[in-house]
Order: sequence, then structure tokens, then C-alpha cells
Amino acid sequence: MSEIKLPQHKIDQLLEICDAHGNKPGELINILHKAQHLFGYLPAEVQRIVAQRLQIPVSKVYGVVTFYSFFSMTPQGEHPISVCMGTACYVRGAEKVLDEFKRVLNINVGETTPDGKYSLSSLRCVGACGLAPVVLIGEKVFGRVVPGDVEKILKEFE
Amino acid sequence: MEQNITLQIDNHTVEVAKGTTILEAARGIGIQIPSLCYMNLKDMCITNLPASCRICVVEVEGRRNLAPACATRCENGMKVKTSSLRVLNARKTVLELILSDHPNDCLICPKSGNCELQNLAVKLKIREIPFAGERNQLPIETSPSIVRDMSKCIYCRRCEMMCNEVQTVGALGAVNRGFISTIAPAFNEPLAASECTFCGQCVAVCPVGALTEVDHTNRLIADLNNPKKTVIVQTAPAVRAALGEEFGLAPGTSVTGKMVSALRQLGFDKVFDTDFAADLTIMEEGTELLERLTRYLNGDKDVCLPILTSCCPAWVNFFEHQFPDMLDIPSTARSPQQMFGSIAKNYWAEKMNIPRENLVVVSIMPCLAKKYECAREEFSTQGDPDVNYSLSTRELASLIKRANIDFNSLEEEDFDRPLGESTGAGVIFGASGGVMEAALRTAYELYTGKTLEKVDFKEVRGLENIKKATIDLNGVQLHVGIAHGLGNARKLLNEIREGKSEFHAIEIMACPGGCIGGGGQPLHHGNSALLKARSRALYEEDANKPLRKSHENPDIIKLYEEFLGKPMSEKAHHLLHTHYFNKAIN
Repeated sequence: MSEIKLPQHKIDQLLEICDAHGNKPGELINILHKAQHLFGYLPAEVQRIVAQRLQIPVSKVYGVVTFYSFFSMTPQGEHPISVCMGTACYVRGAEKVLDEFKRVLNINVGETTPDGKYSLSSLRCVGACGLAPVVLIGEKVFGRVVPGDVEKILKEFE
Repeated sequence: MEQNITLQIDNHTVEVAKGTTILEAARGIGIQIPSLCYMNLKDMCITNLPASCRICVVEVEGRRNLAPACATRCENGMKVKTSSLRVLNARKTVLELILSDHPNDCLICPKSGNCELQNLAVKLKIREIPFAGERNQLPIETSPSIVRDMSKCIYCRRCEMMCNEVQTVGALGAVNRGFISTIAPAFNEPLAASECTFCGQCVAVCPVGALTEVDHTNRLIADLNNPKKTVIVQTAPAVRAALGEEFGLAPGTSVTGKMVSALRQLGFDKVFDTDFAADLTIMEEGTELLERLTRYLNGDKDVCLPILTSCCPAWVNFFEHQFPDMLDIPSTARSPQQMFGSIAKNYWAEKMNIPRENLVVVSIMPCLAKKYECAREEFSTQGDPDVNYSLSTRELASLIKRANIDFNSLEEEDFDRPLGESTGAGVIFGASGGVMEAALRTAYELYTGKTLEKVDFKEVRGLENIKKATIDLNGVQLHVGIAHGLGNARKLLNEIREGKSEFHAIEIMACPGGCIGGGGQPLHHGNSALLKARSRALYEEDANKPLRKSHENPDIIKLYEEFLGKPMSEKAHHLLHTHYFNKAIN
């Protein structure tokens, strides 16, 4: 038996999510989506619980989690940073912005700073191409970002 | 009536049933379109059709793109070209692209000579690999039974299909996406930490060297050449029905006598037979069945029925992982391999005055899970395993070839006694339904006290997924069920869990067809006619045996008289029975 470190009330919520989707294997992606919202990421324990509830092999759950880049097995930072790499943002220099975030925070895409404050991801198009390049931090949107803005933006969250 | 379809393949006009694929139609008229990911074991309803490798592409007139023959159904008036210039060029490019991310170490690969990718490279006459790109470099992982070298994986996903759909074990699955994707257990953990039962069916269907068995041939050669060691061997029933295939003999050729002769030439001090232990298993398991049945008929409500067979180590692994709430249902009898080891090291060694530490017990098994079973702690005395290690049928064939033995011209020889003496009941253990049939022959006579005239229980034979039979024991109707393949076993277990099972006794074997289709057998390459032929060989050997009931085996009778007392005695419990563990991962 693997040791479950998750708080019981969160596990109960996770089971409720599975139940609300009828514990159907076909609902796996929707369930994982909500589970990630609940925990901030999808640790192995969460995947095992979902697999058991849906009566499917945990290898299948893990396969889905690793297939879709939206799902993450690393805990998200307190302030998750997403740099848009959609076409419009990309041609207006998003990659350089992303590189600057990597440099300043000293982490790679998909990682979280050791203090748990920031995590970095890239995504494709947030539908605000007029503001390209776009960076999302939590719910907050930053437009027309240039590498020089990065340190200033991060100061807002200190 | 089913509609038939007429189409043209190359220069042939073909009529096929609706639903037939181009690949099946072409192969039906002798056009061997190559395939890699495709697999079809029709009799067992096992198909793998991801159409992902694209090696089987053909040209269909009127279509812009080439079509995968394995997944394209025939249509009326279709005109198919299977070897036009366009097809040949595309097929070559597909193969070159697969090879561009495949190690070129064919000379030293364990699958060399029996690799579908290598065969294709020969067939398509590949002389260079023009695409020099990035290559996957993944570490080789070893478990007690199976070696995974995923740098060699070609993503056909046959293993995943066997593990998930057929066996419902769910240990292997696709991980990640794109170039870095691989087939692995959840969280990339080692196989030994997953639900893997070591049934070896993934190895049996892997077309390349990505999944192979742990090799013990060199260890065995060292032991055979160690003058201090007495090395004895036991051979499982299914081995004799398939070993000949490795030497070009027709499937279904029984090579028992030649195999014994070859083992002697290899240098074993004694050549014994697991069939002997199979007879012993029937004595113990059959007695256990009758004891539970009698208690049940006397109104004992706590008795666990149905009783499940416990000969198959992959099956034992399966219920320990997936049905830990039902550990009291299987028979406690050890598998024939382990009974043999226990009797060899505790009875025979003493009789022969051989110190335990100088005796090496080797088994030749159609199975990869047997390697793992040897290593289970409960089958060791002070760190010395009852069966030191197990080799597969394939490993034995390779040893015979290495020893320059001309297998086909060998004289037939007999097993040594006493541990080589067996009845027909022991022989049929290798086919699905065989353990049940053997148990019925003995249980009938022990329970009724009458002689069983008709020893053939044909209703429990064959490749049907789940077989059922009812046997009359002096007015008591004994309901038996047989499943082969762990997916079928799961169905019967779910019925038991829900209290709906109609059976008193159930036989379960993890592999398709039973041990004849085991993960350690010569590769069947998706041909189920082969399994039928192997099974026929075992039933013929049974029919030709002078004794066909386990309890009539004279050396078994003597073993009980001299040593064990009676079945289920305290000594028998200690040496021939076991207990099970909760291995649930969740």
C-alpha cells in the first residue's frame, strides 16, 4: 500500500468529483481536469485514487497525464506563470520573454521555484493576440511584454 | 446470408466475406504483405489493429493516399496493388524511418534471428539507413523474469494490448507523447513494482528485442561444468510439445524422448520430469477439493468454494495483486515446479546422500513467471531456493544449438526415475483444461470408489475462452469452470466476488491456450493453429501412456508410503503447500 499523504477532506472531494462523473472511464480527462484544479497538480496518489475509483489501470491514467501538456505532476507555484507561445505571440518575441523568465527564476518550463512561489509553463494562444506577446500570472494578464519587463512584473508578486 | 465482396488484388480476382481486410484477403491467396504492429489471434479473439507502423501500405486505385492493408476493409470492385513502385518506395521509407531510431546492434541482440524488424530489413533489402536523426536512449531494466530495453521499441503496442485487453493486468501503457513516448508501467516504475504478473505475454508478442526474458543459460553452463555440483533438471509438460519448432519440426511434433536425450548430452546428472510433480499436485489439490466439497455437502457454511487451481505463478501474482480479498479461495497447493523442487531437495537429495548446498535444481519451463516463482522467498530454505533457476523453452533450444547437438537425429530416451515417472494426467497439465481433467480423473475415483472407465473429459479441452462442465460423482453434480488468459479469469473471479459463481472448482492458466502458449515458448508470431497443434501433441501423449490417472503413478504411491504419509499430511503441508500475500498497489 502506498502511503497517502493527501489530506482526507481533499481525498473526499476528489472522490466526489469521480462520483459526479459517474465513475466512468470515459470521463477520465474531465475528472483529471477538475482534480488538477483541486490539488494544483496531479501527484501519483491522486492518479492512483482516480484509477481505483474508475476501475482502470493506473498506467492508463498516467498515460493520459503524461500525454497532455496541460496536466502536470509537479506542484504549481503560488503564482503560476504561463507564457503564450501561440503564433502571434511567438512572432512578436514570446520565446525571448520565456527565456528571460527562465533566467530570472532559474527554472525550466514545467518546473517550480524551490520556494514554491513561481512555476513556469508555456501555452498556445489565450485569445488575446492583440496584446501579443501575452503572459498570464495566476488570473492576471500582462500584454506587449518585452524581456526587460520581466523583473518588474515579478516585483508585483513579492 | 453474408454478402461476399469481389475485388482485384494485383492480378488476382478475389472473393471474400464482407468485413475482410485487404491484408487478410491478400494473405488468403498467398500474397504476403508485410506487417509489424498487426496481430490477429482469431480463435482467441485477440487482435491488434492500431495501423500505426504503416509497413503494410498498399495502393488502392482511386485513393489519393496509400492505405494500410491491415485496417482497410475490402470493397466491391476495389483494385489493389501490393507491390507497385510507389508502394515499394513508401514501404522502404517507412522501414528506414523506423530503423533511424533503432539500435543497429543486431549481432548481439537477444532477439537476433527471431526478430520481425530484422526479417523485414532482410526482405526489403535495406542496405543503408539514410535518416541520421536523434535516437531514444533509455536504460535497460531487468526484473526477475523480463528484460525491458525500450530503446528497441517500435511502438507497435502489441505488448500494451496483451497486457491491458487480453490479460487485463494493466501494467504496461503508453507514456508521454511524440518522440519521447515509450511503453512503461505507471510512473515509470520498474516492472517488479507494478501489477506485472510476469506472464510474459508481452514478450511473446514483441516483434523486436524490446522485451525479452532474463537469460540463465550461462549460469547453467557454469553449474554443469562445476564438478562439485549435482545438477538435475525437470521439464514442464508444454516444453516437449513446442521445443521441436526451434529445430524446424512441424508444430505439434512431440519431442519428449529427444529432449531427454539432449538434456543428458548437455550434462545433467539426472533428467526428471515436472509431470511427476504434476501427478503429485493432483494428489494434493484433488484431496483439497474433495475435502472442501465434502465439508460443503455436510452443510459447512464457512467452506471456500469454488476452489481455484494454483499451478500458474502468473495467475497467483494476478490474484495477489488484483483480488487480495480472496486469498483464501485458491488451493494452497504449490505449483508442480515448486513441488518438484521441494521433493528433490528434501526427499531425493537425502535418499541419494547429496548435501543440499551441492544440489542444483533447474527447471525448463514454457513460462517466464516461473523464473520469478523460483525467487519467491517462501520457496527457499536458508536462502537456498528449492528450484535454483528456471530456463524457458527458447533458452533450452539455444543451449542445445550452442552445444553442437544435432537435435533431430537424437535417439529417444526415457526420463530417470523416480522423479521422472508420470501418468497421462501429468502430461496434459500443459494445455488449458488439462489440470482440471487430471483432477477429475483422480477425484472421481477417490470420491466414488469406482473405476473411471472413460478417462477423457473432452468438454474441458479446447481454446474456448471459458469452458464449463458438469460431472456426476455418484449423484453429486460437480460444476467445473476453466479459463485461460487472465482477462477470462477476471470474469470468473468477479462472479465469485459477487456470489454468483456456479462452480465448485475452477482451473485458471494465465496464458492463451494454457502453458502451450506460455511466454517462454517458441514465438507463435500470432498463429493460433500452432497452439492447437501443440495441444494435440499433449493429448496424444496422454492417450498413449499406460497409466493415465495421477494416483496410479507407482513412484507417487511410493513417495507417500516412504516419506509423505498421505495427501495433506503435516509433512505434505509443510513441503507441498504455500500461502498467499496481499500485493495490492492501490
